[in-house]
Amino acid sequence: MANVEQPVAHPSGASTISVLMPRAEGLVIPFAALLAGSLAFSLFLLLVGKSPVTFFGLVWMAGFSTAFSWQNTLSQVAPLLFAALCVALPARLGLVVIGGEGAIVLGGLAAGVAGTQATGWPPAAGLGFMALCAMALGVGWIASIGALRIKRGVNETIASLLMAYIAIALFNHLVEGPFRDPASLNKPSTLPLTEGLRIGEMPLISAHWGVLVGILACIACWVLIERTTLGFAARIAGDNLRAAQVQGLPVGRLVVGFTALGGAFAGLAGFFEVAAVHGSANGSLIAGYGYTGILVAFLARHNPLAIIPVAILLGGFAASSGLIQRRMDLPDATILVFQGMIFVAILLSETVYGRFKIFTPAYWEVR
Amino acid sequence: MSRRFKTPQGAFSVEALGMTMRFGDFTALDDVSIKIEAGSFHALLGENGAGKSTIVKAIMGFYRATAGTVLVADREVEMTDPKVAQSLGLGMVYQHFTLVPSLTAAENLVISRADAPAIINWKTERAALEAFLARMPFSVPLDQPVNRLAAGEKQKLEILKQLYLGHRFLILDEPTSVLTPAEADEVLGHVRALTRAGELTVLMITHKFREVMAFADDLTVLRRGKRVGGGKVADLTPADMAAMMMGEAPTPSNRQRATVSGKVVLQLDGVRAMDRSGLKPIAIDGVALRAGEILGVAGVSGNGQMELMEILTGQRHLSSGKIILNGAPYTATRAQAKQHKVRYLPEEPMRNACAPRMSVAENLAFRSFDENGGEKPAFWKDSTAMARNADSLISAFNVKTSSPSARISSLSGGNVQRAVLARELTGNVEVLIVSNPCFGLDFSAVATIRDRLVEARNRGVAILLISEDLDEIMELSDRIIVMSEGHIAFETPIATANVAEIGHYMAGHA
Repeated sequence: MANVEQPVAHPSGASTISVLMPRAEGLVIPFAALLAGSLAFSLFLLLVGKSPVTFFGLVWMAGFSTAFSWQNTLSQVAPLLFAALCVALPARLGLVVIGGEGAIVLGGLAAGVAGTQATGWPPAAGLGFMALCAMALGVGWIASIGALRIKRGVNETIASLLMAYIAIALFNHLVEGPFRDPASLNKPSTLPLTEGLRIGEMPLISAHWGVLVGILACIACWVLIERTTLGFAARIAGDNLRAAQVQGLPVGRLVVGFTALGGAFAGLAGFFEVAAVHGSANGSLIAGYGYTGILVAFLARHNPLAIIPVAILLGGFAASSGLIQRRMDLPDATILVFQGMIFVAILLSETVYGRFKIFTPAYWEVR
Repeated sequence: MSRRFKTPQGAFSVEALGMTMRFGDFTALDDVSIKIEAGSFHALLGENGAGKSTIVKAIMGFYRATAGTVLVADREVEMTDPKVAQSLGLGMVYQHFTLVPSLTAAENLVISRADAPAIINWKTERAALEAFLARMPFSVPLDQPVNRLAAGEKQKLEILKQLYLGHRFLILDEPTSVLTPAEADEVLGHVRALTRAGELTVLMITHKFREVMAFADDLTVLRRGKRVGGGKVADLTPADMAAMMMGEAPTPSNRQRATVSGKVVLQLDGVRAMDRSGLKPIAIDGVALRAGEILGVAGVSGNGQMELMEILTGQRHLSSGKIILNGAPYTATRAQAKQHKVRYLPEEPMRNACAPRMSVAENLAFRSFDENGGEKPAFWKDSTAMARNADSLISAFNVKTSSPSARISSLSGGNVQRAVLARELTGNVEVLIVSNPCFGLDFSAVATIRDRLVEARNRGVAILLISEDLDEIMELSDRIIVMSEGHIAFETPIATANVAEIGHYMAGHA
């Protein structure tokens, strides 16, 4: 009998549009915010007497127009993917962790130092060891923020931000002191990695393997959140903590687990920066990827799959900063102003979700 | 058409004429007229979705009616926005509180004033407030942060706020849904005294016939957006009102109560914890819940029932003592709840039992999503099973939703409660912990939920029913315990239960 009544109770095969439109909301609104942020930035450019058309033209040219510019862009993408996951995973549990930068920097240091210990090892073992050390430090750093939240009620946003400062100070101290390569005179660095412990480029595309690992990590995280019971439990806890507690879900373990995973990815970002880009841990690691990653994660609405295209887009922006500085005679912080304006637009757009009737299934239903 | 005029001193009348309100092609209100005489206490009855909220929102200017006029003190007014209504002296008290929880009562009152100065001279404000409270028939502690006040006191403060703002026409939207009968009688008694004195006109949305009979002068009944009846309360009986509301005489629930005397399932002895404020101790002793019985926990709001629920759901740290379930200590983990087949119906299901941004189908899966028949929780989520489960629960419990993939926050209160009930009562249940299950629900939803509870009891489920609605406790329980000031003050089987005696212990005269 229940089976007979079913179609009446709710047209489960309801028009595709009533299923699609609610999903479109998560796509349309971030796009609109991106556009609004770009418009606001254009006004800013006009105000300082520069042409927005030239600006966006240069971004396109430097970020996406040629194989060379794609190489430039992709070199920025790997750390952004990992840094964004370090924001997005805790965010699914309702935690705003903004200190990924600290875990990236310490992960890089761990990889650099581990590399000096692994000289002469088979490359696979050496790289594995470096990656593990980097992830372990990242896990320790970010999971402790989750644990502080659960055990002591410490605000994770403030804690993660402050811990990032501590991490950077610690990094500078160690690189300039105990772990410094005496030969690095102007730029304090750890000992350079041997050739066998460097990560090369992937065949066909001129980008290092970190990009591929980052993309796979995003896909894996999406599967974790959308397809496993663990991800489902995390979503319940992120949406309503009380409801999750009443269901007896292990909220504490979920929080620590998800922050640990995010920390592992941030550590991995540091590992790839050291092993594939810089060749040793030094001040170049402190490049703000952790902060741009926050923007990536928010633009992607903490959806790991959406992080991939967004990271490529913002990677392109970052890659164009040098060209903009040279051609438009603007400081290289200009791109940061642009990112900042997009971020403000994204944060503002959070308040309009659910306000538009066309995104509700009811709107499309035939009464 | 006058835009602004000053309403007369004292109470004034408000009238809505031919109000029609359409949302798209849905007619929420169809040519409804209602007149509230100056100084009268008018009740507005109707089931959820009957159009009660719509008409008051139109009167208050939150909605612009599709057609119809509002007369204030017999003058036509264009209610373009709530500010117009407020400037005329119309105010509203909502079912849910609109106070700032972290501020004190005094601060809440002063900042609610439109003309609150940029720099507040607390000395003079304090003096003015005390003078104001001296004129009022009831009072609240001024210096406590509002989040420390019990629900009854918050509601009094809401009403005081309206009077403080000089509003002389009040719309009360289910003002007593969080109050005990005694508190409700007290608050409504004061409100009625103000109407009798010619200082106030009141329109009250309610579900409780008892309050209508005791306090209201007139009433209007809405059903499906139409006015279906009304008149002088003195000329009507509760049966008449129910008939108008439901469209037919309601069948009194003939609940069969099988006598099941089972073994003790749940025991609380020597359980100690702190209350929400962290100041007062909670001490639970001698609670034993048997299979096949409903144990009612009565008490005035704020006497530790909330904390008892949190203890039982594992949300509150115990300083000593243990919850014993089937002879073993219980800490409300998911594995234990599953093993002992314990389910929960917390109060305010949207706040305590649902994930508002997740879909109806997902919310319905909270109990079953990690089950695959085995001992260990499943790793992969089975979306097909989830959809099947949602379809069957939605039809079995008659949950009205546009689609299983709609957000649960788009459902009405009654349907949210039905969805949670469907989730928690389905499957193998042995212990059910319930808190204020019928808070703010309409007549028919209440009947369904109570029927389901008794039905579960008759199946042998042990039910602990924490409720601030004494009528509900008296109707459903086999045994009653009373909570007062954080401990169990009294216990009685239903056969010898006496409302006066229970009230005595509820009031703390132990």
